[in-house]
Amino acid sequence: MKLLDAPKNIPLNIINYTGGRGVDSKLRQLGLCPGRVVKILRYAPLGGPVMIEVGGRSVAIGRGIAAKIKVEKI
Amino acid sequence: MRIGLIGQPNCGKSTLFNQVAGYKAETGNFSGTTVTYTESAVRLMGGVVNVVDLPGTYSLAGTNPAEREVIKYLTSNEIDVVVNVLDASNLQHGLLMTIELLELNIPMVIALNMMDEADRAGIHIDVQELETLIGLPVIPMIASKGRGIQPLFIAAFQVGQKRQLPNQPKYSHQIEDALDVLAGSLSDVESNLNPRALAIKLIEGDSIVFDEISDEAPGIKANLETIKQSLVHQFGESADWIVSDARTQLANQISAVVIKQGKRKITLRDKLDDVLLHPFWGYIALVAIMFIFFQAVYSVGEMIEAPLMEIFENLEVWIEAQFSNPEAFFSQVLIGLSQGISGGIAIVLPYLVPFLIGLGLLEDVGYLSRVAFMMDALMHKLGLHGKSIVPFILGFGCNVPAIMATRILEDKRERYISAALSTLVPCAARLAVVFGLVAFYLGPGLALAIYLFDLFVIALTARLLNKFLPDDSPGLILEMPVYRVPTVQAVFNKAWWRIREFIVEAWPLLIIGSVTLAILNFLNVSSYLNTLVRPISWALGLPGQVGVPLIFGVLRKELSLVMLGQALGSMNFPLVLSSVQMITYAVFVVFYVPCLATMLVIRKEMGMKAMWSIVGLTTLIATLAGLLARILASIFY
Repeated sequence: MKLLDAPKNIPLNIINYTGGRGVDSKLRQLGLCPGRVVKILRYAPLGGPVMIEVGGRSVAIGRGIAAKIKVEKI
Repeated sequence: MRIGLIGQPNCGKSTLFNQVAGYKAETGNFSGTTVTYTESAVRLMGGVVNVVDLPGTYSLAGTNPAEREVIKYLTSNEIDVVVNVLDASNLQHGLLMTIELLELNIPMVIALNMMDEADRAGIHIDVQELETLIGLPVIPMIASKGRGIQPLFIAAFQVGQKRQLPNQPKYSHQIEDALDVLAGSLSDVESNLNPRALAIKLIEGDSIVFDEISDEAPGIKANLETIKQSLVHQFGESADWIVSDARTQLANQISAVVIKQGKRKITLRDKLDDVLLHPFWGYIALVAIMFIFFQAVYSVGEMIEAPLMEIFENLEVWIEAQFSNPEAFFSQVLIGLSQGISGGIAIVLPYLVPFLIGLGLLEDVGYLSRVAFMMDALMHKLGLHGKSIVPFILGFGCNVPAIMATRILEDKRERYISAALSTLVPCAARLAVVFGLVAFYLGPGLALAIYLFDLFVIALTARLLNKFLPDDSPGLILEMPVYRVPTVQAVFNKAWWRIREFIVEAWPLLIIGSVTLAILNFLNVSSYLNTLVRPISWALGLPGQVGVPLIFGVLRKELSLVMLGQALGSMNFPLVLSSVQMITYAVFVVFYVPCLATMLVIRKEMGMKAMWSIVGLTTLIATLAGLLARILASIFY
């Protein structure tokens, strides 16, 4: 399922993503690589970004990118 | 000796730098780029060392200009030793860059910062074990409280003196074999990077490094392809990420050994986001915080501006009194000089100082990133990201800090659009024109209408700029830092460095411009100035004499009102201007050419081209907006 459609506050496993080299490497730099466990913390209102927790830190990502990240429930 | 501080964003690197740096610290750009660093001399063990605060980056992948410059600088022999600052509460992730730094094979030590944060998060780190595993001195510290700083710099000094090189991180034998083969064929290549690091960059698909060395190593392309293919075959993954994954594995292994996770203490600030990022209360809080910020900057500024302006006005009266003929050349030049000086000290600085301190506070507390999160959706409609709301809000006080605030935006296109749009935000000086002319003679409702009209024009301009400069960024990816109590030193140092830039670079030009205009005025070229502006004043249905006040208004916007009275021969405007003319003039003044100080800051921040294009753009917008205002006002009056 897409990260964007995943339920809140449930641990999710990142399967993969394809956002182009620039985006992929930026996601990796923030610790979002395949195999990592993430959790959706909150959504910004009005179609704004999604805030997720990964490895103890919070990261905001735009919905367009969140739609390209595939995850599964653990 | 020169010590370089490097670390990921929010690791407390700048806090550490500010604890040791003096007020004399210099900010500079890497040649030919907008990437900045800060350098300061620091007393250490009876000598003086230079400490450089490099831009915070998440990795050394070279995917953005900052990363590229950092790699270049670190390997250029200008740095004797690197201090890698790590956030102890986020060790596993920080280690990724540590491993990348090890690959560069330069002397380094580790500053394990934020030990108090780690403690709060229930994380216990075995420092000695960590030292053994990565083979570098590790100094635990709390930079915000000044703890561990001395031992850190002593360790760095010693490593730098011995030029002690770290051990290379060891990856799986498949990767090491590939690196050996590739590095072997690169041993003759001239580069700052060592052959192994070069080999890693090539396998990671770094096209810039490839272009740099492909001439020197002609056979490298075929060789690289074979090695990459064999790696892809063995790992079943794109070659770009194989080394990156190996680093992650290594970082995970080290973390697993040295970190003991205890129970996390839940504190008040963990709950803070529930309010500050709430779909309803979050916006209430945002408006309240921005209102307080704006009010504070504005009231402090006003408090200082008024008495200072009075001093300068008295000075100008005194100067005129010293000459038998107040129109004498020297009298005019001295008054021009006084206006240039007062423009900086009495008009810009009173707002700039409190603003920079306030912005530094919001930034270091961690709130600016939250603003970006909350405003992202809305600002996207203008083709911008959430953070660009900040320059807009500040523009209402003074455009100079607004332009400086565009520094919080990473993207060049976004900075340009934000800067162009913030110059359309009516600052306090233009408020004086709108109030003095429109609100005073035609009623406050109309002044409000002009403000609303202004917002409409800004939104329209944003849409148009987006047509010409389309947004190609895929979307927001931004870390939300933990809320922190900022250190006074960090906030004040940061503010001071930026204020110094204004004083040194923009202010002298402001004074020169002011004196030049005074001389032009003395030479009685007002008729030429009026002719110069005539096409616009004619189109807007304004009397020809408005040319002089408009040109002087570029110097300081309130002059466009003060000098309007002089030019027209009466301060009682309804006698000399119709209601439609007053409205048209006020609208034109709100939009046309940013004041000289703002222009100079745009030039400093974004270059000459950006400055002139914004000047041209705002003149065009002002003329069109003035025409529209003239037509609309003619209907009602």
